[in-house]
Amino acid sequence: MTDTHMTIPAATTAPARSLPAPNRFRFWAWLRSDKRAAISLAYLTLLVLAALLAPYIAPYPPNEQNLLDLLMPPSQAHWLGTDDLGRDTLSRLLYGAHNALYAAFLAVGIGVAIGVPVGVFIGFVGGWVDELMSRVIDGILAFPPLVLAVAVTGALGIGLTNAMIAVGFAFAPVLARTMRAQTLVVKNALYVEAAQGFGASRMHLILRHILPNAIQPVIVEVTLMLAVALLAEAGLSFLSLGVQPPESSWGGMLARAYHYVEVAPAQMYAPGLAILFTALAFNALGESIRVLLDPTVKRG
Amino acid sequence: MNAITLMVVRRLGQLIPVALVATFVVFSLVFLMPGDPAIIMAGEYATPERIAEIRKIHGFDQPMLVQYLTWLWKAVHFDLGTSLYSSEEVAQLIVDRLPHTILLVVYALVLGSIVGIPLGIAAATRQGSTLDKLITTVASLGVAIPNFWLGIILVTMFALSWHVFPATGAVSFGENPFEAIYYATLPAIALSVGVVAVLARQVRSALLEVLGSQYIRTLRAKGLGSGAILWKHGLRNVAVTMLTIAGLQVNRLFSSAVILEAVFAVPGVGNLISYSALNKDIPVVQGIALMLVVVVILTNLLVDVLNAILDPRVAAST
Repeated sequence: MTDTHMTIPAATTAPARSLPAPNRFRFWAWLRSDKRAAISLAYLTLLVLAALLAPYIAPYPPNEQNLLDLLMPPSQAHWLGTDDLGRDTLSRLLYGAHNALYAAFLAVGIGVAIGVPVGVFIGFVGGWVDELMSRVIDGILAFPPLVLAVAVTGALGIGLTNAMIAVGFAFAPVLARTMRAQTLVVKNALYVEAAQGFGASRMHLILRHILPNAIQPVIVEVTLMLAVALLAEAGLSFLSLGVQPPESSWGGMLARAYHYVEVAPAQMYAPGLAILFTALAFNALGESIRVLLDPTVKRG
Repeated sequence: MNAITLMVVRRLGQLIPVALVATFVVFSLVFLMPGDPAIIMAGEYATPERIAEIRKIHGFDQPMLVQYLTWLWKAVHFDLGTSLYSSEEVAQLIVDRLPHTILLVVYALVLGSIVGIPLGIAAATRQGSTLDKLITTVASLGVAIPNFWLGIILVTMFALSWHVFPATGAVSFGENPFEAIYYATLPAIALSVGVVAVLARQVRSALLEVLGSQYIRTLRAKGLGSGAILWKHGLRNVAVTMLTIAGLQVNRLFSSAVILEAVFAVPGVGNLISYSALNKDIPVVQGIALMLVVVVILTNLLVDVLNAILDPRVAAST
């Protein structure tokens, strides 16, 4: 259904191959029609730039200690103040953005890399493979996700990459289940049967026909998952299971700020707001893409 | 057998493979550890004899399936091994700490439902109004806010500035229920925000769907007042949705409890699992993960049974 929506305008004017042009047009129209999505995308673009350019734009090196200026409130020299070791909060926030985004994309990337192929495969093959793997998926989904992530991190060894592998492992069954359900719908579509009739190989069927048409709900899910992964990274780093000191992370900054909350309460706002805004932006973007891909969904 | 008993039996049958997979995941945590599990579990200064002994106790020299079945057999009999650090029985550690976590989760679920469901109803019955927009906005904030940050803010406001609630710590419910609830209030509020957000959203959309359906229109045409429609027909039909969503929240609540127990220094299983993960105390990690997954599976079963009692169609269809 959503597929026809995407291709009809192109088919009436030009062959389906020339899709990029109308797509580009659509992109700006989309942002114009959805202010929340536009603001979220602008914010995330800035955040990515800030994370990448942190070494150039951060006013201080993130680990530079200034023992004369401990737990300072915001000032001209330190716009967001300093932490308990006299490190500049703004600089650590910028470097923390790098870790937060890296973590979110790594965890979701791992989830996609495992979940999507498994989901398509079991949906396509069906039979006992599907039965068996669906029980495996249910079994992993029964865990509270963060409990599973904490347990797997504990076993693999603490650290950001291991923690995000653990979170990705918790995401994979969610994506596999969505992908499986979509594949079941798409694989019985007429065009897949037609392609099969023309003697298309299984690989060709999956890659050219099923995957592109089944992936849309996954795109929405993945965008929303970035927010979940971000919150998980913050939480795990808060528990010292993720990013390890002296490296900077928003969750880790909150943990330190909490220690000194009675002396310097202002220190806990910046990292918390950074997490909140970024999670909000990913969620708003995900909701907007959902509406974009499926016009039957009402906003709200 | 009546329909509900039949459904419970059938659901139990479906849950067995799920439980087998979940327990296998918990069991295989040992194999995720880099290096020889026997050496790790023996601790830092273990003698070769001690390592050999550990290998024998845990059966690391046996085929994996045998190891799993042995482990499962012991786990079913509440033998979860001993902590590598304190040498205490894992089962005992869990029994001591679980009540704190359960209290938090149940408290948060109750708070979340008390606030979330009315918000969802209010938003659905005044669709498009300012109130509806406000509730929708609050709900999206509630999903995105890090609970532990909210917890810290609550501590600074209610404990450090206004001294209304204690900042950290917990009291056992068995010893003093009122004190226990008093201590659990701030963490439960922080924990409940996600539930409020999800319930408000889902109740709103489920109720909107029911209120827009044919039979409600018929009732309205017959002259039934909107109050009667909402209470007698609308809410009754979304009750199953509400219960299902509330049940699914248990999973999320245990997740958030892991971090919030650290913020509020609650001696629950969440605090213990993150502490044990930091210290590579793998038997404790396994024991808690196992116990929580069992609690979640049983909660889902309970929700299904309650749904079947509320709506006989559910029992007939599964």
